[in-house]
Amino acid sequence: MVPLSYYLAVAACLFAVGVIGLFLNRKNVIVILMCIELILLAVNVNLAAFSHFLQDLGGQIFVFFVLTVAASEVAVGLAILVAYYRNRRSINVDDINTLQG
Amino acid sequence: MLELGFFYLFAGLAVVSALGVVLSRNTIHAVMFLIFCFFNAAGLFFLLDAEFIGIILILIYVGAVMVLFMFVVMMLEVNFAKLREGMLQYLPLGGIIALVLFIEIIAAAGSGVFSPEGIPDPGHAAQQVNNTVEIGKMLYTKYLLGFEIAALILLVALVGAIVLTLRTRKDAKYQNISRQVNVRPEDRMYKVKM
Repeated sequence: MVPLSYYLAVAACLFAVGVIGLFLNRKNVIVILMCIELILLAVNVNLAAFSHFLQDLGGQIFVFFVLTVAASEVAVGLAILVAYYRNRRSINVDDINTLQG
Repeated sequence: MLELGFFYLFAGLAVVSALGVVLSRNTIHAVMFLIFCFFNAAGLFFLLDAEFIGIILILIYVGAVMVLFMFVVMMLEVNFAKLREGMLQYLPLGGIIALVLFIEIIAAAGSGVFSPEGIPDPGHAAQQVNNTVEIGKMLYTKYLLGFEIAALILLVALVGAIVLTLRTRKDAKYQNISRQVNVRPEDRMYKVKM
């Protein structure tokens, strides 16, 4: 039997790795999106673990909603990226400062 | 004992492949590592009696979202090696923030509130319990509004992604449906006196 705190520790590891990735790959939008996926995955592991240990299915339903929102976020984010690449021939984050005025 | 072994296997591989996502030089390799990470997370979900979510994670994430990532990485002609320049410049700041977050979460997880004495392991569900049926019952009764909002979000994302990437060619000829429908006979044919 695996205690709840083990699952929380795994989720904490995934979350921390995702946050480090956000800082390390500051220039590459695709890797930034993947790091956000990692962070959301850590949240999902937490929700599923609490759902099991508290015997409440609501946690799994919220995993479902988080997956929905994450999938839409990726779809729109990559669409913006493709549209941006068509205009500028680059996906460097440092070039995306046009809205600063 | 067997369960603990599988937990260590899935958890270890998930964390290692997450590190691979962050550190790999090639973006294609990063996508592959993320796919592997999702597979192992699905294994963790199976250990938690969440079979439906585990399958959804494999089908939707590995089958759809990661393929989308793969398409975009291959479609864009970008020098990814150049994007990695100055990567270690942000390591101190990011490392400190991530380390503090990690220590905080670990301290909360190991504080004893979540220990087996605090929240006892309820054991696995009986074999005749169908996880998908139970989730369906909850989703269509208690969480119906959330379910419909999720459907709306997906619809908006679908339309938004198409609108953002749609490119109309200037030199192509298009039908104008409303002009076609509104045309009258006298616009097309008229009698001439001979």
